[in-house]
Amino acid sequence: MTEGSISVAASDSREQPATPRLQLRGIKKSFGGVQALKNVDFEVHAGEVVGLVGDNGAGKSTLIKTMSGAYIPDEGEILIDGQPVTITSPQDSTRLGIETVYQDLALCDNLDVVANLWLGREAYRDIIPGLLRVLDETEMEQRTSEVLKTLDVRIPSMRSPVATLSGGQRQCIAVAKTILRQPKVVLLDEPTAALGVAQTRQVLNLIRRLREQGLAVVVISHNLHDVFDVADRVIVMRLGQRAATFEIHNTTPERVVAAITGAEYGDVPKTAEGL
Amino acid sequence: MSDSNRGVSQQGSPETFAEQPAHSGIGDLPNPRSQFSLQALMRGDLGFIPVLLTLAVITLYFQITTSGVFLEARNLSNLTQQIVVISILGTAAVLVLLLGEIDLSLVAVAQTCAAIMAVLSVYQNWNAWLAILAGLLTGLVIGLLNGFFIAVLRVPSFIVTLAGSIGYAGLLLLVLGRQTTLVVRDPVIRSIAPTYLSPVIGWGIPLLLVALYGLGIWFEQQRRQRAGLPVKSPTKLALQIGLALVVTVVMVFLFQSYQGVPQSVLISLGVIVVFWLILKKTPFGRHLYAVGGNPEAARRAGINVVGMKLTVFALASTLAALAGIMLTSRSTAVATQISSTLLLNAIAAAVIGGVSLFGGRGSVWAVVLGALIIGSLDNGLDLLNQDQSVKAIVQGAVLLLAVTVDAVVRRTNPGKGK
Repeated sequence: MTEGSISVAASDSREQPATPRLQLRGIKKSFGGVQALKNVDFEVHAGEVVGLVGDNGAGKSTLIKTMSGAYIPDEGEILIDGQPVTITSPQDSTRLGIETVYQDLALCDNLDVVANLWLGREAYRDIIPGLLRVLDETEMEQRTSEVLKTLDVRIPSMRSPVATLSGGQRQCIAVAKTILRQPKVVLLDEPTAALGVAQTRQVLNLIRRLREQGLAVVVISHNLHDVFDVADRVIVMRLGQRAATFEIHNTTPERVVAAITGAEYGDVPKTAEGL
Repeated sequence: MSDSNRGVSQQGSPETFAEQPAHSGIGDLPNPRSQFSLQALMRGDLGFIPVLLTLAVITLYFQITTSGVFLEARNLSNLTQQIVVISILGTAAVLVLLLGEIDLSLVAVAQTCAAIMAVLSVYQNWNAWLAILAGLLTGLVIGLLNGFFIAVLRVPSFIVTLAGSIGYAGLLLLVLGRQTTLVVRDPVIRSIAPTYLSPVIGWGIPLLLVALYGLGIWFEQQRRQRAGLPVKSPTKLALQIGLALVVTVVMVFLFQSYQGVPQSVLISLGVIVVFWLILKKTPFGRHLYAVGGNPEAARRAGINVVGMKLTVFALASTLAALAGIMLTSRSTAVATQISSTLLLNAIAAAVIGGVSLFGGRGSVWAVVLGALIIGSLDNGLDLLNQDQSVKAIVQGAVLLLAVTVDAVVRRTNPGKGK
């Protein structure tokens, strides 16, 4: 029903309303007196790209942070493959296969691509078992090469410091970093912000690759053009609620904008007939 | 001299400038970096080459002005022994600088720990090795104390170690009591620094290290080949190992033609090799660079940043204690007067060698080059009978120049620093 990009054969073999890879039900979250999320449902399927859009303060970030474990919801439940799970910290979220790529990318500019990809989970080789172990650069470089090939990320050299790469390449490295952990769900926060045209295309291609790998992908973006380019579904947040959901095939950017601004009932003439 | 130094750096850091540009990696983008250009120089991509050139110029100048005395075996033997303490302190400074912090208490710690060793040896008649161990342990404890304030309580390291340097200087006075100098008579402690090694050991250990280095490189290339990764050409490898061998042989030959390889020089080189391997080959070293480059990214990658800082400050102070012990052994006494130039020289050695003051950039081999430059200036100006005033002015200018280069490189390429 929602998996527009999956082939017909694939959706046939599955029961029609497939279990979402990641599902949130009735999520509520308040900060002091402000209700940031009011009973929000959310779902993303395997092999699907969901665009999460909304104005500033609509609750997108709060929702993403709930999934990534940065915030603990006041109410509501989170399910992965239909199983209820508890996420109380970013570590929980990572353990459950949810990876988040934040806008600031969290790369070490002084380290090379291989070192960044494996940071904190390096491959080792025992020199004296139990006593002395050293980094296994060969293994890491080989796996890096494989991952970058799979994702079709092109960089001048795997041993060049990340600082020498372009913004698009850096974004790709940040995403590739999460892929090494073989996640189920990847959350991308504004992946194309501040990128040029060619670099944006590079990142959008990468998102398509993630979908081809069968990952569930959530993209937060202000750029509707990019969302329409890559997403299968768009979920619109407004004033802490899920205001609307669109299949990308059956909608237009104008209708999505109308939903974001809360103008869908009449303000925008074009969408008046689309109710 | 310049030849030997070039060799030291080659031997020490093949990764930093020999290996990087060679790999083509994924994709077919052209490698945008050319090796020898002004831009590359500004980016700091040339690694140690600018520093080596500086050292070559200094060497040439003194060689000519002292009519050949500078490069005599006797003078080189002296020079390398003069920079042992700076090298060890400089290594400590590199560890802290890589983290993006600073330790101003290194020299105060060095002298305090040495004083504790001396007092235990002279007044308490402790066994020399126990006294040395006590000195090193004092360094460890002081480092943990520094680290506690910096890592756990998050007080800026500049302030903590500045206060520390004053406090530890006071502790030094307390330990030594009324005496301004305490002469150490223990033969073991006195013999650490001035001993010359027998030819068998003097030749054996360096050659063994070169052999291990060559084997390590060969083994790694084999693994890379099996994994289908790009490998360096055999000519390049042979050149790399050959250069290390030539430099080692020339240096040892020079030492042997005087009195032999000084034990203290071998100890300080040993310290540098060990820390080079730790930084290059272990997860600890990788994480140290990561914390220096981007602490937030390191934290998110699951690296224990607080533990990292504690460990680094503990290591730095322990190394400082070792430097203090070497200093005591060389001068056969401990003094209450804290050396006014030693701290700056140690940090300068690191910075001149290209270690960034802002964290995450530099190699521990930088210390060898930096210390050689500082040592050469000191030694050469002494040979020319120059006054302390001239020496101070020249050294100040060189340090300023090095820090300026660091700042300009970072400004030209803002991505590289923090």
